[in-house]
Amino acid sequence: MSTVANTIEGLSRGLPDMSTVSRAIPAASLRRQYRLDQLFRHATRGFAFLVLALLIGIIATLILGSLPALKAFGLKFLVNPHWNPVTEEFGALVPIVGTLVTSFIALLIGIPVSFGIALFLTELSPVWLRRPLGTAIELLAAIPSIIYGMWGLFVFAPVFATYVQPALTATLGTIPLVGKLFQGPAIGIGILTAGLILAIMVIPFIASVMRDVFEIVPSVLKESAYALGSTTWEVVWNVVLPYTKVGVVGGVMLGLGRALGETMAVTFVIGNAHRLTSSLMLPGNSIASTLANEFTEAVGDLYFSSLIELGLILFLITFVVLAFSKLLLMRLAKQEGQKT
Amino acid sequence: MQFVSFSRASVLAASALALGLMSHSSLAVDITGAGATFPYPIYAKWAEAYKQKTGVGLNYQSIGSGGGIKQIRAKTVDFGASDAPLKADELAKDGLIQFPMVMGGVVPVVNVEGVQPGKMKLTGAVLADIYLGKISKWNDARIAGLNGDLKLPDQAITVVHRADGSGTTFIFTNYLSKVSGEWKDKVGNNASVSWPAPTSSGGKGNEGVASFVQRIKGAIGYVEYAYAKQNKMAYTLLQNKEGAFVAPNDKTFQSAAAGADWKNAAGFYEILTNEPGKNSWPITGATFILMHKAQADGEKAKEVLKFFSWAYQSGEQMALELDYIPMPGDVVKLVQSAWKAEIKDSAGKALW
Repeated sequence: MSTVANTIEGLSRGLPDMSTVSRAIPAASLRRQYRLDQLFRHATRGFAFLVLALLIGIIATLILGSLPALKAFGLKFLVNPHWNPVTEEFGALVPIVGTLVTSFIALLIGIPVSFGIALFLTELSPVWLRRPLGTAIELLAAIPSIIYGMWGLFVFAPVFATYVQPALTATLGTIPLVGKLFQGPAIGIGILTAGLILAIMVIPFIASVMRDVFEIVPSVLKESAYALGSTTWEVVWNVVLPYTKVGVVGGVMLGLGRALGETMAVTFVIGNAHRLTSSLMLPGNSIASTLANEFTEAVGDLYFSSLIELGLILFLITFVVLAFSKLLLMRLAKQEGQKT
Repeated sequence: MQFVSFSRASVLAASALALGLMSHSSLAVDITGAGATFPYPIYAKWAEAYKQKTGVGLNYQSIGSGGGIKQIRAKTVDFGASDAPLKADELAKDGLIQFPMVMGGVVPVVNVEGVQPGKMKLTGAVLADIYLGKISKWNDARIAGLNGDLKLPDQAITVVHRADGSGTTFIFTNYLSKVSGEWKDKVGNNASVSWPAPTSSGGKGNEGVASFVQRIKGAIGYVEYAYAKQNKMAYTLLQNKEGAFVAPNDKTFQSAAAGADWKNAAGFYEILTNEPGKNSWPITGATFILMHKAQADGEKAKEVLKFFSWAYQSGEQMALELDYIPMPGDVVKLVQSAWKAEIKDSAGKALW
């Protein structure tokens, strides 16, 4: 109370004569200023380190929690396709494969579509259309994932089962080798459906990041290329993309992160079956949906610990993906250096 | 000075208000419980009615049976709730007492063209073989043999189960283990199991299974009775232990409970599947409450028991409205004598 009053008093006394204020700032006020600065610096540093502490805490918890499963199953946990709560034999192969395959499908479809969206919005679209389309994409990113899940189950899956799946089986399903992936009963739920729903979910993320980075390409670069006779495609491929590659990879990683960890939407449509199948049409499982489904009733230490280890594996997958993207960017940057 | 007098006045006013509100009950705090999701709707309804009547609130968190067992072991709640009963030796290890609170039935539902609710007949062995993947078409001779009057299509059976660990699955697999030796050996009985049928897929929650069955042609699933009834799904008849085909309803569930031998079940470990009785629905189960036998806070424990006692006596109608089956009167008597014998306060005095 009193210090604040003093400050105000001091300020008001100093006000009439500005020259004296600048000449002689009271030592006490300087000290106070210094202390406040220090306080601010420590507070911000504290917040930053809080994140680090949380991260370490979470990793430690995951490792500690998965110790019983690590001891019981060892590395075999990673390649064992069985998941049997009755006999307490647990293996992570099915959820790992499910997570990777659904995310791969999501990116396989999501990246080209997002690229097209961003390209259209920045280069080809009439100006009046850019804003409403851009807003629509951002709104799509704001829809909660459970809504995607419910929509996927109640609307998308029946349509997919009735019209798309039989067509896929009749066309792609007849190709040797690849065909196996598209054979199976048309039930509407399964790994392919989960991948498609994930694709729809990651598109707004990737597309809006791509659009934002495409917009920052200096027009002088693009115009020069156009002046040299480049087509739009050549401009985008040879000027825009190299200029924005860091941002584009970042956007893709953001999308991949969402796809890997997505829980509710996948749980609704993936079919939640702990079975390794050769077909994308059949039900499978992902790490996140296994966790969401089974945590509540996981009685028994080994069961619980196996679920925690699944969480740890998901964490590691995400970490590897991030590290890989950083490496990719570094390699790209190195190439750039050699060329110029 | 002024501030102090104001705060004193407000404290007085608040306590007067509180006393006024609680005039007809002791100054009890709310009781807390956690566990099974299956009975959550009825516990919530009872809690609301009980609060209006007595002023004592119940805070029940439906975090799942596994969580409920963990919480009561850690003594963070006044009672735990589990769909699957604990075995007597597990109870003894943690000093817990267990008693059944309310019952429900699990019902097979199918999506086969032209089959109306209550028209298809199944036996336990056929149901087990469908879930084992040994019967894979609807026009299989063993299904057709039971249903001479139905025109069954040449369609693959898609088996739907609960993806989340669940008391419903526990009861269902318990039944299959009792009627099929192969199921017992290969799969077993648990809140979640490794489903053997190659077409099996899992839905999240009763609503997930219900919607999968409604959407996938040729699907069979199992849901709690309330879901089958409210969604007007095509439930099947089942053959019970006496060889009679029965339909699922409150009468056949109650008949199963009456046929059970609660008296000789240590720690009320009794799963009401495949019970005797001509009218008994074979897949019935109770949901259970867990409490510590030695209660540090005797008054609080007394409040908890008062609530359950009230629920047994006055909660029947509410249970039936939500398609739960209240416990029969003689079972309630057994439960209350167990309270008397086993739940003690810190001085060793019986609390009931």
